[in-house]
Amino acid sequence: MLKSFTKLAVAASLTASLGLAAAPGYADTIKIGDINSYKRLPAHTIPYKNGALLAIEEINKAGGINGNKLELVSRDDQGKPGEAIKIAEELFSRDGVAMISGSLFSHVGLALASYAGQKKRVYLAAEPLADALVWAKGNKYTFRLRPSTWMQASMLAEQAAKNPAKRWATIAPNYAYGKDAVHAFKTVLKSMRPDVEFVTEQWPGLFKIDAGAEVQAIQASKPEAIYNVTFGGDLAKFVREGKLRGLFKGKLTVGLLTGEPEYLDPLKGEAPVGWLVTGYPWYSIKTAAHDKFRNAYQARWNDYPRIGSLVGYNTMLTIAATLKKTKSLKADDLVAAMEGLSVSSPSGDFSLRAIDHQSTMGAYVGTTALKDGKGIMVDWKYLDGAKYLPSDAEVRKMRPAN
Amino acid sequence: MGFILAQALTGLSNAAALFLVASGLSIIFGVTRIVNFAHGSFYMLGAYIAYTTMSMLPGIIGFWASVAITGVAVGLIGVVVELVVLRQVYKAPELFQLVATFGVILVVQDLALLTWGPEDLIGSRAPGLESVVYIMGEAIPEYDLAIIALTPVVLFAIWYLFNRTRWGILVRAATEDREMVGALGVNQSWLFTGVFFLGSLLAGVGGAIQLPKGGADLLMDFSILSAVFVVVVIGGMGSIPGAFIAALIISELNVFGVQLLHQSTLVLMFVVMALVLIVRPWGLLGKPEKPGQHGQVGELARPIAIMPTRGKWLFAAMLVLLALLPVLDDSFLLVLMADIIIFSLFATSLHFLMGPGGMVSFGHAAYFGGGAYAAALSVKYMGAPMEIAIMIAPLIAGCLAIIIGWFCVRLSGVYLAMLTLAFAQVLWSIVFQWGEVTGGDDGILGIWPSEWASDGVVFYYLVLVVGSAGILLIRHVLHSPFGYGVRAGRDSFVRSEAIGINVKLMQWMAFAFAGALAGLAGGLYVFAKGSIFPDEMEIARSFDALIMVLLGGVKTLSGPFVGASTFTLLQDWLSRFEYWRLVLGSMIILLVILFPQGLVGFARDKFGRLINVRGEDHA
Repeated sequence: MLKSFTKLAVAASLTASLGLAAAPGYADTIKIGDINSYKRLPAHTIPYKNGALLAIEEINKAGGINGNKLELVSRDDQGKPGEAIKIAEELFSRDGVAMISGSLFSHVGLALASYAGQKKRVYLAAEPLADALVWAKGNKYTFRLRPSTWMQASMLAEQAAKNPAKRWATIAPNYAYGKDAVHAFKTVLKSMRPDVEFVTEQWPGLFKIDAGAEVQAIQASKPEAIYNVTFGGDLAKFVREGKLRGLFKGKLTVGLLTGEPEYLDPLKGEAPVGWLVTGYPWYSIKTAAHDKFRNAYQARWNDYPRIGSLVGYNTMLTIAATLKKTKSLKADDLVAAMEGLSVSSPSGDFSLRAIDHQSTMGAYVGTTALKDGKGIMVDWKYLDGAKYLPSDAEVRKMRPAN
Repeated sequence: MGFILAQALTGLSNAAALFLVASGLSIIFGVTRIVNFAHGSFYMLGAYIAYTTMSMLPGIIGFWASVAITGVAVGLIGVVVELVVLRQVYKAPELFQLVATFGVILVVQDLALLTWGPEDLIGSRAPGLESVVYIMGEAIPEYDLAIIALTPVVLFAIWYLFNRTRWGILVRAATEDREMVGALGVNQSWLFTGVFFLGSLLAGVGGAIQLPKGGADLLMDFSILSAVFVVVVIGGMGSIPGAFIAALIISELNVFGVQLLHQSTLVLMFVVMALVLIVRPWGLLGKPEKPGQHGQVGELARPIAIMPTRGKWLFAAMLVLLALLPVLDDSFLLVLMADIIIFSLFATSLHFLMGPGGMVSFGHAAYFGGGAYAAALSVKYMGAPMEIAIMIAPLIAGCLAIIIGWFCVRLSGVYLAMLTLAFAQVLWSIVFQWGEVTGGDDGILGIWPSEWASDGVVFYYLVLVVGSAGILLIRHVLHSPFGYGVRAGRDSFVRSEAIGINVKLMQWMAFAFAGALAGLAGGLYVFAKGSIFPDEMEIARSFDALIMVLLGGVKTLSGPFVGASTFTLLQDWLSRFEYWRLVLGSMIILLVILFPQGLVGFARDKFGRLINVRGEDHA
């Protein structure tokens, strides 16, 4: 790969010096493998792909990477880890991709991370939230972009600690993400407010919530505040039954990811009001970099960006920055380039930590409100992810040595 | 007190949609004997269509009119599916229609995505019933009360239809004896079409009435499917009052389970189903199947013979070709072929149970995943090397099959199949829930081959050798006295007993053997992928194996291999396209219609003479 790459580069520079270069004039094509659950959860993954493609187009329009064209090879993993592994092998061995990125489900991300570590090939996990990805199961060849479960839950816990509520109830889908999210929130909140107690924990099956029963069960334990981790259809049912039965009246409700357009928008006029949430207020972020991104996205896709779009865009920016930093496409050189890499993005600057390969991309924390029959986030602030990551000593304890 | 009442009412209202969908499935099964996996898709279509009609027709009348329109629309879709797909394959071997309904699921998923887009749709509240009433101080949504009242009306209507109308009486007669009804001059194909209309209509209405409590999304077809099957089986397949009682039991259990056993939500209904089937093998209100009543449809499986020399050469040639594959220096091809070999072994083990054993398993993934987890856990906790772990896999899976088989062989037919499904789900939820040991749904990572086999080519050879040895072993066992005993038990229980074969013991051992070989496949799989997740025990994985076996042809010996290769290659190739599920689903339906005996069955019928003069099954 590298050899043919240099050869082509030489050839290209020769043709260029002879003044024969064709209009786009790329020396070579660098391929990036993209694996995601495009059919299992299209509402999340299609905005992701759109964001990623927008970034690729912009990068190529601006001359590509050191004169090389960037190309995304997208594949659907059907939401199955085994399938994702097979596709990864094909992307590397047949398509000759330099690295792979993507995935939304935590278990698919973990499987790909294990593959990357074993085969010594670089994987940039885009959206999976599992903490284990970079900590307990972390490895040298895996990086992760999105702020993880722990980071987002601790941001919320920090805000929630300011509320006088003492009796807390939690509701989370009964699988790893839900458990991690509850564990993180409880740990951080308890450390700041030893006086709080958790009076009930509800664990509906993922996408199988029995909302009426869950609401009644929470009400029966008379909490002063509720921590919600349900999302998607479960969230809609929970919010509807909760409102109908007066669950949220006079209680602080905290919702992990609830403010993300993917989850908030389908609720339309029934979106919860006054919840403390993490999310993505794309409509009211007023920075030049974000304006540019939003306008370009809306022009390109005739749709507004979701959090997936932002993550997809930032993923490609991260890859572009890596490839600009190192000319080599060898896995070890890529890893060396990525450790400590800083990236400027529409959501602000972030870097990839050398210690655990987690990016410091942050999240928006705010309160939900209704505007024109749609849920939005108000009074939000952007919290830098770097402040919600464990110390180096703690990371070393959790993360296996390379 | 008020709290308990409120929870009970919530359970009753949840039971409504569940009952509607389940009764539809039960009616379809009772009459046509089709296990309609696509029933969840009709439910999903009901939710989507009702969403659209409700947004066009406002007000109280609009809401209820939408429910009715949706029912009729989904009923008509059911009729189209019946006419275009299922009618072509009524004569196909038992359960072959399953494959067709699986194709329908895939097609409907993509069509729904194309029509309604990827975003979840939240249903609007029912006009006039938006509020709550207070009963003993607890807030009860008015809409809940409305559908609680609606359910008995539906139950009565169905009862009336089947007991007091000519059509219903004919349908019941057809349920008892199809041939006789046909002989009396009733056009039974239209009777079947009518039944499909009614069943689909009920699923559509079920999808519509749950809208105000939820919405429409692209995952709801599969998420309701298992619950509906549980209800139908607990109630007794074909029994409407049974479905009603079972829906109530399941819904109430779930509601109170939420309160008392927080973590039980995943497993509760399967435990109940297993218990009911163990105590009452035909469900609460179901009737025992009369011997021979619903046996194999179509021609009997042919006797199998030792493979003729030409066949052996063919097989050897194929092995040599597979062994030469690494020459091409394409590491992806090796990974793909390893997958195919592993799935072939998995499918062949299921085939042993289904074909020669005559016992259909809907939960074969329990052994595949069980073996995979056994291997992964032995690496994780005992530091076992790969060689040992791959040997442990079939042992543990075999033990699981011995336990599960002990309960299952007491049943037969669809009930047996459903009990295997229940056990598989229980096992799945144990693995899923017991995170401290199994890693829960974050799985077990980093289970890679030993140093010497870590090279792709070496590992491919390992899979080739172990996989083909497993497949050959299954073939060999089929021709051993044990294999003859198993087949004798399938073909005539009474005669086999009379000549001194302990049929139940044979069946039990068949379970253990098939389970162990599926476990071996799982053991290979975990090292091929480097990690294992509960997905590998899920219903979808069991379905995969069923599809492979049926696609290849259940009454052939090489069917599983051909089916596994076809299905894996098709999926691998088609998933590159955006709407691949639409294409894959259509292709599966097409294959089903063109080759109702399965691919190998078709080839044998058409070209069998070329390799085999006696018409026996060497294939």
